[in-house]
Amino acid sequence: MSAVPLLDISGLTVEFATRRGVVTAIQRVDISVAKGETVGIVGESGSGKSVTSYAVMRILDRAGRVAEGSIAFSGLDLTHAPESELRDLRGREMSMIFQNPRAALNPIRKVGHQIEDVLRQHARAGSGDAREKAIEALLQVRIQRPEERYDAYPFELSGGMCQRVVIALALACRPELLIADEPTTGLDVTTQKAVMDLLVDLTRDRGMSTILITHDLGLAAAYCDKVIVMEKGRVVETAAARDIFTRPAHPYTRKLMRATPRPGITLRDLLPEGEASPLPPPTSGDKTPLLKVENLVKEYPRPDQRNPIARFMPGGKAGAPGPFRAVDGISFEVARGESVGLVGESGCGKSTTSMMVMRLLDKTSGQIMFNGQDIGALAARDFARHPLRSKIQMVFQDPTDSLNPRYTAARAIMDPLYRLGGQSSSGTARARCEELARLVGLPADLLDRFPHQLSGGQKARVGIARAIALEPELVILDEPTAALDVSVQAVVLNLLADLKSTLGMSYLFVSHDLHVVQLLCDRVIVMNGGRIIEEGAASDVLERPQADYTRQLISAIPHPPV
Amino acid sequence: MLKLLFDRLLTTIPALIGVIVVSFLLTRVLPGDTAAYFAGPAATPQAIEQVRKQLGLDRPLPEQFEHYVLDLAKGNLGQSLTTGQPVLSDIKARLPASAELTLFGLILALLIAVPLGVAAAVKQGSTLDHACRAIATAGVSLPVFFTGLLLVYFFYFILQWSPAPLGRLDVFASAPNEVTGFYLIDSLIARDGETFRASLAQILLPGITLAIFSLAPIARITRASMLSVLSSEFVRTARASGLSARMVVVTYAFRNAMLPVVTTLGMVFSFLLGANVLVEKVFAWPGIGSYAVEALIASDFAPVQGFVLTMAILYIVLNLLIDIAYRLIDPRMRSAT
Repeated sequence: MSAVPLLDISGLTVEFATRRGVVTAIQRVDISVAKGETVGIVGESGSGKSVTSYAVMRILDRAGRVAEGSIAFSGLDLTHAPESELRDLRGREMSMIFQNPRAALNPIRKVGHQIEDVLRQHARAGSGDAREKAIEALLQVRIQRPEERYDAYPFELSGGMCQRVVIALALACRPELLIADEPTTGLDVTTQKAVMDLLVDLTRDRGMSTILITHDLGLAAAYCDKVIVMEKGRVVETAAARDIFTRPAHPYTRKLMRATPRPGITLRDLLPEGEASPLPPPTSGDKTPLLKVENLVKEYPRPDQRNPIARFMPGGKAGAPGPFRAVDGISFEVARGESVGLVGESGCGKSTTSMMVMRLLDKTSGQIMFNGQDIGALAARDFARHPLRSKIQMVFQDPTDSLNPRYTAARAIMDPLYRLGGQSSSGTARARCEELARLVGLPADLLDRFPHQLSGGQKARVGIARAIALEPELVILDEPTAALDVSVQAVVLNLLADLKSTLGMSYLFVSHDLHVVQLLCDRVIVMNGGRIIEEGAASDVLERPQADYTRQLISAIPHPPV
Repeated sequence: MLKLLFDRLLTTIPALIGVIVVSFLLTRVLPGDTAAYFAGPAATPQAIEQVRKQLGLDRPLPEQFEHYVLDLAKGNLGQSLTTGQPVLSDIKARLPASAELTLFGLILALLIAVPLGVAAAVKQGSTLDHACRAIATAGVSLPVFFTGLLLVYFFYFILQWSPAPLGRLDVFASAPNEVTGFYLIDSLIARDGETFRASLAQILLPGITLAIFSLAPIARITRASMLSVLSSEFVRTARASGLSARMVVVTYAFRNAMLPVVTTLGMVFSFLLGANVLVEKVFAWPGIGSYAVEALIASDFAPVQGFVLTMAILYIVLNLLIDIAYRLIDPRMRSAT
């Protein structure tokens, strides 16, 4: 480690002016990054990790300001540097990559031009060689056929490809410091691994310093030299990556560590020590199948086949590929009281499958037997009035977006009671609602709040209470914890397990996270390209995967070194 | 692109049929008896009946409609009873005047409102921002005939800066050779500086009247859409890569912010077509708006139907142009045909 750090943040306090007065986002934060070092900043939402990085780049929005402290970059005080000087630094000496790569790129400008813009701004290229240099930048982030991709627009590229372009953009001028703010959140695990490996290779080759901001302890452990843990705007622990996992000093770090799903543990191990009651015994059930899916197929017409006129155009469509098969003939069963995980990367057909089982989407062919009845034969639009409708319920991915912002928590939970439960008096519905709230651990005094007044975990509980209000036999969980912080996820997963054993429901758990699935599910189905790749007991699939694809998925998950 | 044009034109056919049917029926249910009007106040009932027969108004509605459609198919919009000319040639003669005025007003409004909206968004909360809001509110709350009269009062009557508000050219000037029918352009083509100045002086006040009216929606949409784009993630990326403020605002934010503005333009244009009728009256502008109003008062059906049909076609063409412009700006639309 060199004597003078490249970046030295000391005593940094950032405040935001809001309508309700000044809010301190981060308080007296000290961080130093040496040349060539990779530092991870880990914390849950609201910990101030992103605000810290925006303060370094001086791109805080209008309401935010540095109230105290200093940020020194190569000896230059960034908090007092004039804007023109900062503009020269940004992109040339320090650059940043963001979460959600597609939104981070200008949607109506060719990616090649966007890279050129940065190169020209910092005089790294003139009009003669800009194109050549932009293509070289694309080549360095290992984009195939960069000459063609130069002319692509962001919407024509996959998420992983967009993130490579964003990396190319950030590294085009060979900066000394790279700040990566949740660079792989929202990407599939295998893409995440490819992007992170690429990032590490590039920064290491150039001797760059990196700040990796993430909520994922495993990711930080796998790729960082030093880890800084932040909680509520303060740094609570700073240690070498190896030490922080073997000897976490701060209680918050320990809590985060415990809550991170990892192999070889049970659901209860996620919760803080001493807080967990023993896990309910696994429900054996009578093992009669509740849901039986056979040869299920969902086809979508390809975009060029949608236009009815095109079909009659000369030139013909002979030899054109058939319709796209999102789900390609899958069969599986869910027994009573069983929970089955449906795992795969985006585009594998897992969500389409769950939508068809939920009868929100019509199948192309195949059977969906529920309780011995072929519900697949009913049109999706008629199923809403079918008596079996109340027996299948769903918990959605985003707890915020899946609640009506104008309904109170109580109204949201009572909604299915009114619509399908035949409840009309508000008194009995309210009583049932309070009972449900107790069941999901939602304090009764929160019932009259609106979604924006609830935390993420509380909203997740409302969503779960709503789903179980009609005592369904099958609950489809569509990544119910993907939008939650790990400590909240730990609690919600345990709640789901408890509810299952008390109420004797079956779960179809759709997720991309194998570790989470393994904790909650008895059996796992791995999907890829619309087909089932592997199926088996959860522990078997994770510990002794048979298919190459499953092995690839498992090895891509970053592990904390424990 | 050609295929797209063709597809879009196909979808306009039902709209056109609708316009033809509705304009025909509307003119028939309007109060006022054409035959009585043209027979004159002193006419006997027999004379009125005779006029009615001559005009074919005694026949049942379906038959009248059939005649109308058949004529329309031959490009015959009928005869104006007030001017005695074929409606088609009347409209041909007057449409350029209206089009010139409307486009002049719209371009003027764009030239003022777009920079104003952008500046208000970039300097959100500043004096400029508040000024933008004040101008926009004032512009939209004053009715056009009132703004028009106010402008005439100040600039013609009090200050005498502007010529008499009597048509497209003052009486001593002669119209330039017709190429486009737009005096401003035709006089430039003819390299006739004097006529250009004269027609500019005439169009300025009515043009400003229309511009003031259409300023508000354009400025408001520009501001709102710039604000949302400026807070978007790709603008943050552009700023974090050290791009100059000019580059961020113009190349990154502005082009994206223009998308909703282009959509609004279609709407603003249709407002302007409506407002035009009043402005033409105030400034004695020989356009189709004043022509239609006069015909309507005289219960003269053919010009009214011709006017409505012309407006509908104009509106369809304009929306087609906007669709094309949208595709040129936004690559995402190009692949989503």
